[in-house]
Amino acid sequence: MLPRPAIDPVSFKRELTGVIPHLRAFARGLCGRPDLADDLVQETLLKAWAAQERFEPGTSMRAWTFVILRNAYLTDMRRNRFRADYDETVAERILVAPAAQEGPMHLSDMHRALLTLPPERREALLLVGAGGFSYEEAAQICGCAVGTIKSRVGRARAALTVMIESGQIPRRSTADAVAHTAIMGELDHTVLHGQQNARESGTLTRE
Amino acid sequence: MYFGLSLEGEALSERMSKEKPMIPGQKNRKGAKPRSPEWADGLKLLYDSVVDEPLPDSFAQLLDKLDDPSHG
Repeated sequence: MLPRPAIDPVSFKRELTGVIPHLRAFARGLCGRPDLADDLVQETLLKAWAAQERFEPGTSMRAWTFVILRNAYLTDMRRNRFRADYDETVAERILVAPAAQEGPMHLSDMHRALLTLPPERREALLLVGAGGFSYEEAAQICGCAVGTIKSRVGRARAALTVMIESGQIPRRSTADAVAHTAIMGELDHTVLHGQQNARESGTLTRE
Repeated sequence: MYFGLSLEGEALSERMSKEKPMIPGQKNRKGAKPRSPEWADGLKLLYDSVVDEPLPDSFAQLLDKLDDPSHG
């Protein structure tokens, strides 16, 4: 097999710079807190830079770096870095506290609703519904089958529709508990693979 | 049911109408799938609102540092 042609460093840097806003948006959607999301992007840039000879010129820099960001996020999640770190910075964007049924829905409401989804569905919906990736591209980024992505997006959309149409978006005061119980429950189930986190999970269970 | 979304005080519906007409479910072929939920554009706006934010200097600084061979 011939070695891949390496991208020249100038082009690599330019392309990498170009996707930073998208990395920030993806990270923000995944982890909620802007400062932690930006930390995640910095981490992603470091890793992408170190791996630049593995980038194939002509392919999507955005997709390539999203894979790196996603892996960094999952690793950080396993290390509990984001546990209980969701706070009201997102909710601070609310200008008027909306009433459940009739008030205006703000982007922060959307974000909180998104954060209650299990991470696998959340990232699938972010990639397809917000990032504009095709199901095929999203499947490649997540390393799973196209059908799996379709299923995750469908379930995510269904859950958000129910949440939004019924006005059951978690309010600021409960976003923490709701989001984290959902997120960590799913992660404990799917990612940790036997690593014991029962203790921490226990602390997240609130009445 | 209608949800007026707003971004930093500006109603989401106004913002969207400035950019493009909102055609719910336009991505779906007719009759093939249920149309996109009404909030679908909000999700895109949530993402785009971050994409459109001014980029903190720290990112360019990091890349410049990585790019500088004298800096290990």
